[in-house]
Amino acid sequence: MRRVLAIATFCIASAGAVQAANIGDAKAGEKHFKLCKSCHQVGPGATNRVGPQLNGLFGRKAGSVEGFKYSKGMIRAADGGLEWHAEQLHAYLENPKNLVSGTRMNFRGMKDVDERADLIAYLRTFSDNPRDIPEADPTARGTDHDVDPAILAIQGDPEYGQYLSSECVTCHQIDGDDDGIPSITFWPEEDFVVALHAYKSKKRAHPVMQMIAGRLSDDEIASLAAYFKDPEQ
Amino acid sequence: MTLNRRKFLGTGVAVGASMSAPMVMGAAHGKPKVVVIGGGAGGATAARYIAKDSKGEIDVTLVEPTRRYYTCFFSNLYLGGFKQFNDIGHSYGKLASEYGINVVHDWAIGIDRDTNMVTLAGGSKLPYDKLILSPGIDFVDGAVEGWDISAQNKMPHAYKAGSQTELLKAQLEAMPEGGTFAMVAPPNPYRCPPGPYERISMIAHFLKQNNPTAKIIVADPKPKFSKMALFQEGWGNHYDGMIDWIGPDFGGDSVSVNPDAMTVTIDGEENKVDVCNVIPAMKAGKIAEIAGVTDGNWAPVNAADMSSKADPDIHVLGDAAAQGDMPKSGYAANSQAKVCAMAVRGALTGSKVFPAKFSNTCWSLITTNDGIKVGANYEATPEKIASTGGFISKTGESAELRKATYEESEGWYTGITSDMFG
Ligand SMILES: Cc1cc2nc3c(=O)[nH]c(=O)nc-3n(C[C@H](O)[C@H](O)[C@H](O)COP(=O)(O)OP(=O)(O)OC[C@H]3O[C@@H](n4cnc5c(N)ncnc54)[C@H](O)[C@@H]3O)c2cc1C
Repeated sequence: MRRVLAIATFCIASAGAVQAANIGDAKAGEKHFKLCKSCHQVGPGATNRVGPQLNGLFGRKAGSVEGFKYSKGMIRAADGGLEWHAEQLHAYLENPKNLVSGTRMNFRGMKDVDERADLIAYLRTFSDNPRDIPEADPTARGTDHDVDPAILAIQGDPEYGQYLSSECVTCHQIDGDDDGIPSITFWPEEDFVVALHAYKSKKRAHPVMQMIAGRLSDDEIASLAAYFKDPEQ
Repeated sequence: MTLNRRKFLGTGVAVGASMSAPMVMGAAHGKPKVVVIGGGAGGATAARYIAKDSKGEIDVTLVEPTRRYYTCFFSNLYLGGFKQFNDIGHSYGKLASEYGINVVHDWAIGIDRDTNMVTLAGGSKLPYDKLILSPGIDFVDGAVEGWDISAQNKMPHAYKAGSQTELLKAQLEAMPEGGTFAMVAPPNPYRCPPGPYERISMIAHFLKQNNPTAKIIVADPKPKFSKMALFQEGWGNHYDGMIDWIGPDFGGDSVSVNPDAMTVTIDGEENKVDVCNVIPAMKAGKIAEIAGVTDGNWAPVNAADMSSKADPDIHVLGDAAAQGDMPKSGYAANSQAKVCAMAVRGALTGSKVFPAKFSNTCWSLITTNDGIKVGANYEATPEKIASTGGFISKTGESAELRKATYEESEGWYTGITSDMFG
């Protein structure tokens, strides 16, 4: 199923040879998308989560999904003319910060070129250009979690969240820049709550976060989520 | 006036409104005045939070003699060659321009607690309603036999960052091939418990690359130190045979130095050394003593709001405070500053005061991409800031985890310095 194109058709003019672009295997790519799922959705009904939804990615201007708060770094890159094609996606997925310094995407990078090609092929099936999108591809779902709906329903108090946030911003930068420590600003509330509860219950592994989340009450987590949803408000 | 949050939520707007009336205005002179002495991890954070969150309702003056603050944190990484000197320097520009803080570059030399007045070396006087002291540390006179502050150019402490750090680095670079580097480590309590041992790691890293036959001796009065097992494992793995750590069992607690002769005598045995880093016993920065808020070497505070036990109008933050279980770290000073800022705003403008929460994590670097960390949560009890449990890196961790820990420490550095300086 893996074909190698002699001419890199969707390779744009910018420098750097995407060596005879390997188109990749979308089926295999679907598996790799697991790595992306905690932040991104793609497919019918996909919405912006921690990261923007990924439908129609090919040929899209960077930083252009409506309703998504991008990092300053991504907006700068978009102003500089960045568009998403296979070549840029390869570079971005290999090392996000190499392509867009200051991006909020907290992903170590996928070093294997074939794995990247598969993932890109999978994402390409959700783009209308080229127009070969399978009709009823399953929606990639957001975070799988088992947080009690009653906990998710708690309305947080953003003002209290702002006070509590002073403990977070010792490490997480409030303007959303990230640099060794992931960004936590502009997250959808639900994702935020789910993530903190996963640390609290020690499902997510990180000693500092387990320690910090471990003593936050359900109300406090909701308040932090309400604040970080949009700290500029 | 600590307020239980549930109560606040329960009574909603009514409480919020009744509380927004100023409660304490001190002298009858318009806006309430806060003076912060010391623009480091504690003072800069407190000044910034009070100015930011009071939105102009409080006059904030920050007194700090230096125009550029060099962080002690990551200064060891500069010694190891992982950072440039410039990387660890920060200016007060934004605190003045973006937050409207009146930054005064001068020394505070006097505090009159009867009239609530600070005197500066330049002669001017600053009245205050609340005074925040975060002056860091000074050294205990006579702590290391043969050393006093006048010897700091021959045997640097490099425990206040800046020219001392640069000097130690220059001495390290000038060491003769196969020379000896000595450190006299401090007794507890002192700023940054893992600091001396991270420094040894960084110096060993530098020497291994530039002067591989050089030796390091550490004379230590303490039988145990922070992250000891982790450091010793790292020293064995990366710097085998280079570091001789001499604990009190072997005379590490019986040390004298001669800065002119460049000798260090440990348990009666004289060693000729090429570089000697003397880190003496510490006490609160002198201005705390001048203010009369110290008891022994440190300034006791109430855990709930970091107010001095001697004077409710004075708060003491960071290394200078005797607060209980928190280590003397930049992270801790920053954490305490936010609790204090909230309490001071509450007292001066009636803004909401939530219960205090404190935390700390200290990262250290052993060699390239080999980071370790230790951390804990704390709560305010009537007696002290009390630890409620923590964690520490483990020996034998994978290289990826250690690398991630190091990368995290870089993130923390950017985070905390923007939290301090905007
Ligand atoms: C080698 C080393 C490594 C370290 N590494 C870490 C680390 O990795 N992580 C960590 O969290 N902590 C670390 N620390 C500890 C950290 O630097 C201190 O705990 C922290 O700086 C304490 O903050 P502070 O506000 O109490 O004092 P400081 O940050 O020292 O600030 C005090 C300020 O007060 C000013 N001042 C003093 N007297 C007066 C006066 N009379 N008038 C006006 N101004 C005055 C001084 O000029 C200074 O700028 C390290 C320390 C050292 C020495």
